[in-house]
Amino acid sequence: MFGRLTLAAIPTGEPIALGAALAVLAVVLATLAWLTWRGAWPYLWREWITSVDHKRIGIMYCALGLVMLLRGFSDALMMRTHLALTVGGGSGYLPPDHYNQIFSAHGVIMIFFVAMPFVVGLMNFVTPLQLGGRDVAFPVLNSVSFWLTAAGALLVNLSLGIGNFERAGWLPYPPLSETTYSPDVGVDYWAWSLQIAGVGTLMSGVNLLATILKTRARGMRYTRMPMFCWTALAANLLIVAAFPILTATIAMLTLDRMAGFHFFTNDAGGNPMMFVNLVWAWGHPEVYILILPCFGIFSEVVPTFSRKPLFGYRSMVAATMAICVLSFMVWLHHFFTMGAGANINAVFGVLSMIIAVPTGVKVFNWLFTMYGGKVEFSVPMLWSLAFMSTFVIGGMTGVLLAIPPVDFVVHNSQFLVAHFHNVIIGGVLFGVFAGVNYWFPKAFGFMLDERLGKAAFWCWVVGFYLAFMPLYALGLMGMTRRLNVAYMPQWGPWTLVAAVGALVIFAGILLMLAQLYVSIRRRAALRAGDDPWDARTLEWAASSPPPAWNFDRLPVVACLDELWARKTGARKETPLWLDDKPFHMPRNSAIGVALAAAATFFGFAMVWRIDWLAIAAALAALTAVIGFAARRNLEVAVAPNEKAPA
Amino acid sequence: MSQRNPFRRTGLTPQEPDGSAFSLRSFDMTLSPIHSRRIRPASSRLARAALACALLSGCDYITLDPKGPIAANETLLFYNALAIMTAIGAPVIAAVFVVAYWFRKGGRGTFYLPDWHYSGKIELVVWSVPALTVFFLGALAVVGSNRLDPRVAIAAEAKPLDVQVVALDWKWLFLYPEAGVASINELALPIDTPIHFRLTSATVMNSFFIPNLGSQIYAMGAMETRLNLLAHEPGDYLGLSAQLSGAHFTDMRFTARAMSADDFAAWIAQARRNPDKLDRDAYGALLKPAPESPRVFGAVESKLFDAIVARTAPTPENAAACAPAPRRATQDASAGKGT
Ligand code: HEM
Ligand SMILES: [Cu+2]
Ligand SMILES: [Cu+2]
Repeated sequence: MFGRLTLAAIPTGEPIALGAALAVLAVVLATLAWLTWRGAWPYLWREWITSVDHKRIGIMYCALGLVMLLRGFSDALMMRTHLALTVGGGSGYLPPDHYNQIFSAHGVIMIFFVAMPFVVGLMNFVTPLQLGGRDVAFPVLNSVSFWLTAAGALLVNLSLGIGNFERAGWLPYPPLSETTYSPDVGVDYWAWSLQIAGVGTLMSGVNLLATILKTRARGMRYTRMPMFCWTALAANLLIVAAFPILTATIAMLTLDRMAGFHFFTNDAGGNPMMFVNLVWAWGHPEVYILILPCFGIFSEVVPTFSRKPLFGYRSMVAATMAICVLSFMVWLHHFFTMGAGANINAVFGVLSMIIAVPTGVKVFNWLFTMYGGKVEFSVPMLWSLAFMSTFVIGGMTGVLLAIPPVDFVVHNSQFLVAHFHNVIIGGVLFGVFAGVNYWFPKAFGFMLDERLGKAAFWCWVVGFYLAFMPLYALGLMGMTRRLNVAYMPQWGPWTLVAAVGALVIFAGILLMLAQLYVSIRRRAALRAGDDPWDARTLEWAASSPPPAWNFDRLPVVACLDELWARKTGARKETPLWLDDKPFHMPRNSAIGVALAAAATFFGFAMVWRIDWLAIAAALAALTAVIGFAARRNLEVAVAPNEKAPA
Repeated sequence: MSQRNPFRRTGLTPQEPDGSAFSLRSFDMTLSPIHSRRIRPASSRLARAALACALLSGCDYITLDPKGPIAANETLLFYNALAIMTAIGAPVIAAVFVVAYWFRKGGRGTFYLPDWHYSGKIELVVWSVPALTVFFLGALAVVGSNRLDPRVAIAAEAKPLDVQVVALDWKWLFLYPEAGVASINELALPIDTPIHFRLTSATVMNSFFIPNLGSQIYAMGAMETRLNLLAHEPGDYLGLSAQLSGAHFTDMRFTARAMSADDFAAWIAQARRNPDKLDRDAYGALLKPAPESPRVFGAVESKLFDAIVARTAPTPENAAACAPAPRRATQDASAGKGT
């Protein structure tokens, strides 16, 4: 009846896992109860859950990212404290199986359900506004994308209390992830949650791509497109090109596991190296999917707070597109040590370094953007400065790793762990935090508290350096990644420093939550105008927060930094706005959340092999889609001067 | 310096290094294979001292504490590349802070260029600086990759020694085909002798790595990879797996004992006296997934390694099935060609 699912799936034998699951359950139930008590459901349903407004969806993506950051960080804190307790001969508090599960879950959650939602969310929120459009190209699809991502996140977190997550790393290499070595449901949870979230990401990529290519304001040629939109274009091209590879790879692993295929097994002609190749053919573009939009954020923040246009716009565009193309040609640098020939390694090493050229150009251009400016150390600008310095370190160690013989001695070591956190925290997270602080007043109409924002900033930066610089040293001391005991005595001191660093980051996260809470409480005092930063691009021409349709009258664009040109009076031609005619906005739709519910049940059923539930969920999804297709009254007419919401 | 470290427990950390050279010139930019001769200090002990200081205590950094020519060259490459990157990166980082501070809002004594956004000359510099850096480092990568190709034999006077390595859950099995002995989690090596490793895995993917000797390489099921290493100095070195292999991955480590030729001969003789024989049954017992302490086998069934690669020896996958029918021929016929 319930496939592989029995009561034994609840981890009663593992007090830590059970405690964590119960704690999460308690928080979720308390939140739901509170929302019910406040009578918030009708509002949430109408304004958020069924919303197809790209801004609301963008904000929900970011909220998902924030919640998952708490989960992912709890895992990180557990790893760091456990390792610290093994210093000097202790045994820590996590059994090996559980430790492996934690770093796997940490990696998966941080990449797929923290970094991705934040980045996709910001692209969702900002791109149509910057392009001077009313919404993304396919608003309902956008809602489906978001809810599928949320379904994936839910499925990963279900594994906390029902069964277990996988223990083979964030990209579980076969044969370790095959049934011989990982017979339980862990890898299946990984596979199905990423399949579901991956479909969402792919659709969101198609959507944003169509938005950028097709819905720019009149007059906005590609050469007048804000830099953030360029990076979003590059990132979404990468999503569309790369995510199908991941989907296919996971499908093959799933066939191995569920249907006895031999794509990646040791035996019967399987080839585990094929998985490694395929997964990195997606994986390397993935890191650029994450970082490129963050480059875009810095390219907005630095000019705004330097009161100068971006230096070398064309160079920046060229660099972005170069990175976009090159990122598909370097995947082998993740496994130089597999024993491919010297020349294969050399070619991929050199190509990897070549990516450093456009990246270096970008850093120089931000530098020259500040040169001759009036730099204001606002919170977004602080994050940008911290990024520029930190990311250079990460880039430097990345180039070291791209030299095959150097990689031979630091591959899979803590040096590598330091490197990728260096670029992913120092690049992606710092970028996201800059972006959130920058666009928050646009999204909500009030500013984020600056004092707490700066305090959080300092904790994060100091904590980051304390937590991750020691790992470079540990890597050179021969400490590999994924070890659950710091067994060499000389690793002790640095392991302890790293744990302290994680605690300082923890303080930073708490301060961020405090910043959010305090700002909401003081929102009347923190009220922001339409253009609180005196910025340059079109999103600041809309009201804060903008109406569902963004602009009452759509802007006509005649140059880069259109808003700045209007404000400074550099350009006086008319018309600046299209005439206001009534237009149509899509109605809310529950199809996204309905499909996500069906997908969650489907994924759960596939994990536990509950055939009837899988069939029922698939039929439910099909019915929902048919029902949606048969729907009338898809849109509602808006006459802008009425200013009446849909 | 290391005695001061309160956490020091074991004697695994080897003696002082032989002092390698870290100037760019001293990295041989020819494509000739590595010779067993030592890299002599060419110039900058100072640079090394500075770096060692920066990194706290030099000899704890086993990855940068070479005990053989492969590791010495890799260490050298590491320092060269680090020096080049630092030469570019450090000024950039400094410039970020200097420029931001210099042009801060309200700061006096600077100019404001509200519309300045392009300069062809600067663009040229901005593209050339990283391009040139990468050009130099790319050359290092191409040359280094060829010279330090794990498959290429090390030129030396001594006759090379063949060692076969099998990754198991969670222990390393070392086979000495000429002597007909085997050991677990203990790898005895004669110094100044090129060691020619052939590696495979009976189970999941692992990565064989002795930081003091350099170059790790994956060990994979149904496949064979090759690695050449050489130790100059006697000593006990940490050996480990760098690729996650399951629950007891952390225990997947061994001691590499580099010893004089005489000591090695004695070690072999001692091992031969051990009554345990590594036949298929004994090998099958090793497949039980568990860590194990070091031990030796005085005799080894012939061609065991080839049978493991060909998967005609017992495997975790077919452990259930009685007949170890050959499922397929060696997948990777051109041995060592990883991909
Ligand atoms: C916020 C503070 C963070 C801390 C303290 C932290 C800490 C850690 C630690 C201790 C590990 C295990 C290292 C090992 O293998 O020994 C790890 C692995 C990892 N982390 Fe983080 N991390 C943080 C943030 C992030 C973020 C933001 C991301 C990505 C967006 C991320 C992605 C990963 C990945 C992909 C792994 C590899 C997991 C694996 O080995 O399969 N981490 N992290
Ligand atoms: Cu990569
Ligand atoms: Cu292989």
